[in-house]
Amino acid sequence: MNDNEKLMRAIFDAVDDINERLPDARKLDHSRDTVLFGESGNLDSLGLVHLIVAVEQRIEDTLGVAISLADEKAMSQRTSPFRTIGTLADYAIRLVEERSRG
Amino acid sequence: MRSASLKSVLVDNAPTMLITGTSKGIGRYLVEYYVEKGFQVIGCSRRMVDYSLADYHHYCVDVADENQVKQMFMEVRKRRGALSVLINNAGIASMNHTLLTPLETVRDILNTNVIGTFLFCREAAKLMQQSRYGRIVNFATVATPLKLEGEAMYASSKAAVVTLTHILARELADLGITVNAVGPTPIATDLIRGVPKEKMDALINRQAIRRFGELRDVANVIDFFIRPESDFITGQVVYLGGV
Repeated sequence: MNDNEKLMRAIFDAVDDINERLPDARKLDHSRDTVLFGESGNLDSLGLVHLIVAVEQRIEDTLGVAISLADEKAMSQRTSPFRTIGTLADYAIRLVEERSRG
Repeated sequence: MRSASLKSVLVDNAPTMLITGTSKGIGRYLVEYYVEKGFQVIGCSRRMVDYSLADYHHYCVDVADENQVKQMFMEVRKRRGALSVLINNAGIASMNHTLLTPLETVRDILNTNVIGTFLFCREAAKLMQQSRYGRIVNFATVATPLKLEGEAMYASSKAAVVTLTHILARELADLGITVNAVGPTPIATDLIRGVPKEKMDALINRQAIRRFGELRDVANVIDFFIRPESDFITGQVVYLGGV
């Protein structure tokens, strides 16, 4: 498994962590297209906070890299990187690569 | 929502406490005090400490450096799995007239007192929310309510810590985390070394109880805030000496 696959696994593990707290109707699918928040999203703002923290911790466990997903770039982008699981994964991959390069 | 019991978040029956600024003064005292009380204590300061205790683990960290702080928390999570208590003791003071205060001093004060406190609160809350239990104690100062001349930036930075404490208490309440602050009077530590005696006497005369604070006075307030039974106490600032 390469690092990107490991990272995707870490994100889905974090999704499982969050799903434990969600009612069946709002559980998140293991898909890049799953919308996290907004009109068709399943998470409220606190749910999104929990997911972001869970993803950071799963990435720490899997890749041994400590990242802050909610950094300034993420907060200033016109389209939030936290809209779907896919955009969240792409953003996390970028941050992990940046951290690995030092 | 009631907090989880303390016992449920322990990995080896000893609660984990993280204290910042443990090389000397109040921080060092608190390390010894809480190790004695049965906590597994993790501490940090810029430099290594000149003491060691069986249940104490030290990290060399600049509290305002986000990468260093995150790396430390990653290791704390691996080592301990959970965190029960954070004591944000690291702080720097500078007594100077505003017209003679260098900007670099202002930046240093804000970095350690405000940014450092914020970063540790944020990362600790991420760890504490997993077990839905946490106690955060920040450090305020009587210099803020007394509006002490010569301490404009120190008192202002701690005013920011007080507001941070009030708002975090609300933001973190649903996660089972309480956030409070203790505001010490002058204590005979390095922080006030070099302050003229007349200044100190004038300050102490503005307290209801006119004496220097003792380290045990600070620990006493922290003991109250971190008790599992204090799960209905949050967003409070307790100033010592009746200020």
